[in-house]
Amino acid sequence: MAENKTACGIRIAIADRLRKPLALLMGALQEIFDESAYQRFLTRRGIASSRQAYAEFLREGQAQRERRPRCC
Amino acid sequence: MKQVGKFCAWLAVALVGAGSLATIALRRGEPINALWFVAAAICCYAIGYRFYSKFLATKVFVLDAQRATPAERLENGRDFVRTNKWVTFGHHFAAIAGPGPLVGPVLAAQFGYLPGTLWIVVGAVLGGCVQDFVTLVFSVRRDGKSMTEMAREEVGRVGGLIAYFAVLSILIVLLGVCALIVVNALKSSPWGTFTIAMTIPIALLMGLYLRRLRPGKVMETSVLGFLLVLLAIWGGQWVSQDPTLAKYFTLSASALAIWVIVYGFAASAVPVWLLLAPRDYLSTFVKLGTMALLAIGIVGLRPTLHMPALTQFIDGTGPVFAGKVFPFAFITIACGAISGFHSLISSGTTPKLIARETDVRLVGYGAMLCESMVAVMAMIAACVLQPGVYFSINSPAGIVGAAPAAATATISSWGFTVTPQEMAEMAQHVGEQTLFNRTGGAPAFAVGMAHIFSHTLGGNELMAIWYHFALMFEALFILTVLDAGTRVARFMLQDALGHLWRPLGKTSSYPSVLVTSALVCGAWGYFLWQGVKDPMGGINSLWPLFGIANQLLAIVALCVGTTILVKMEKARFAWVTLMPLVWLVVVVFDASYHKVLDPNPRIGFLAHAQQLLLAPATSATSRLVFNDRLDAIVTSVLVLMVGVILLESMLEWSRVLSGRKEAGVKEAPFVATRFAIEEQG
Repeated sequence: MAENKTACGIRIAIADRLRKPLALLMGALQEIFDESAYQRFLTRRGIASSRQAYAEFLREGQAQRERRPRCC
Repeated sequence: MKQVGKFCAWLAVALVGAGSLATIALRRGEPINALWFVAAAICCYAIGYRFYSKFLATKVFVLDAQRATPAERLENGRDFVRTNKWVTFGHHFAAIAGPGPLVGPVLAAQFGYLPGTLWIVVGAVLGGCVQDFVTLVFSVRRDGKSMTEMAREEVGRVGGLIAYFAVLSILIVLLGVCALIVVNALKSSPWGTFTIAMTIPIALLMGLYLRRLRPGKVMETSVLGFLLVLLAIWGGQWVSQDPTLAKYFTLSASALAIWVIVYGFAASAVPVWLLLAPRDYLSTFVKLGTMALLAIGIVGLRPTLHMPALTQFIDGTGPVFAGKVFPFAFITIACGAISGFHSLISSGTTPKLIARETDVRLVGYGAMLCESMVAVMAMIAACVLQPGVYFSINSPAGIVGAAPAAATATISSWGFTVTPQEMAEMAQHVGEQTLFNRTGGAPAFAVGMAHIFSHTLGGNELMAIWYHFALMFEALFILTVLDAGTRVARFMLQDALGHLWRPLGKTSSYPSVLVTSALVCGAWGYFLWQGVKDPMGGINSLWPLFGIANQLLAIVALCVGTTILVKMEKARFAWVTLMPLVWLVVVVFDASYHKVLDPNPRIGFLAHAQQLLLAPATSATSRLVFNDRLDAIVTSVLVLMVGVILLESMLEWSRVLSGRKEAGVKEAPFVATRFAIEEQG
């Protein structure tokens, strides 16, 4: 019983330690894949996600995205 | 006590690094394990980051966490956004990591693993990372200005103008070479061509899914797209074995080149967001995933490298490309050691995301270290192949002969034993008709990567799948570079032509878009066509041209960096940028001299043209002569342009240092951050 509790405690401690790096990894991926930019767009406009909102987001960011170089 | 512990830990890192480097450098005549490369690289990077980048951050640039960044002062929720440093790091790495660090080391492996590996590790720590760091920190202090704007403001108007045209010319050369790599990788390969062709409908499906079903869920869409790509890779095998279907996807280099040019034009001229953005996301997803997978594969499998430390080709007689190890190894590997192209990213999106000035160290210096590690992995992937196999894949028919027996006999005569049966077996394992004369680096990298992966998972049965996965991965992100680069070059051309005739500068004007897209595609398409028709495979002439162009851009970036340091009254620290600058000037000007004027026809463009003129004149000969002269002119003009920037920079340094001009830089004024408490905490 005590061993189980210890094992459970270790698992929780590991999960706690992993939470922050995983959140950062997800944050980086969301930034790379423009999901964060879309969320900021929704917040700025005060609207909910929808087809129209996403189409507007794409229109707004198109000029900037088109000029973004990709390295060799 | 804690200090002693830290000192001992760093001493251990230094000793492991030195030991690993010594093992790599001194091992002769026997295979070497890849883990020595990983250990040497990681230890050197750790020491470079911990000590050199800290020195740059605290003593040279004096990064100030209390100073508000453009992301804070100009925050608009779109391009200027305060972003967590690790998130910005990931974003910056995804933008700088392209096909260059994979292809360059594979080509440079013809000299053996030693010159390339040393250049990748040392070049990155003392050159590439410094260039990215300097450009990023100076751009952050100038409201995220671009490199060409900084050149105009700090070096001079002529320097700014030349930097602009240098960037445009370099983009054109880069795009032509990237396209050539894709063409060489996919020619006569129905499986590979089918897989890449399938990414177009897959991207369209992704676009529809993203817009109609799950707006904004890009990662979820990319995962679905990735699964569909895996299905396409699996289906490619079936297509390649079906005689009816296979013939539609078995394309010659010329046919593929035309398709790629048409694709580039469409990507630039037609508003096809539905296709291009999902492809871009898919490419990034596959790129990051595959690099992580390759790292796990190398560490997990710990493969043995069969390529010798040095080959006889350091004397300049190499079959992959001609030229001595100095200076050609140093222009062949650009991205991974030092790449001028990074300065465009470091003065593009990234400075607008930096939350604290002190984050620049991690993002600018740290991300380049990761890119360098990717280059080390590419070197490992190339060198795990038996040298005979490596040279069979990478040598053009014009050097070793087109017939398998002739090619293997030539390569074996160099001391790298290989048989036609061995190559046929290898081709069968990877699902290709032949692996001979597949120049360009991408197929060799794919075979090496498949070799590593198949030993980790699936054995020889899955080798064909891994090979085509690697090929797809490279071709996909090269095509992404191609379409993004064509659009960027088109915008630059429109900006320039707009000064001559206003309507041409209107980015919304369709005739202007069509004309400038055609000009850009025509320009890089010409280099591509030239490479495709070159009996030496094109890489021999075009990759050095690309390397020279890329390193010339790095010279421009380092000139700007040094000028700003001098004007900041930090001339005593100017050696941090001068050291890589002087090295690059020597390397690039020497390489350019050889490419234009070397009497050896395999190296010098003009000597090659002269040799062709001695042969009976045909239309093909006249075209080759014209191409050689064009390449010589392009190289000379690029060198001349960069020479002018160098001269203008040196004059500016002299004026400031002699007191004839007052020192002073055009930084945005200091504004204290509103997040001071957060910074102090």
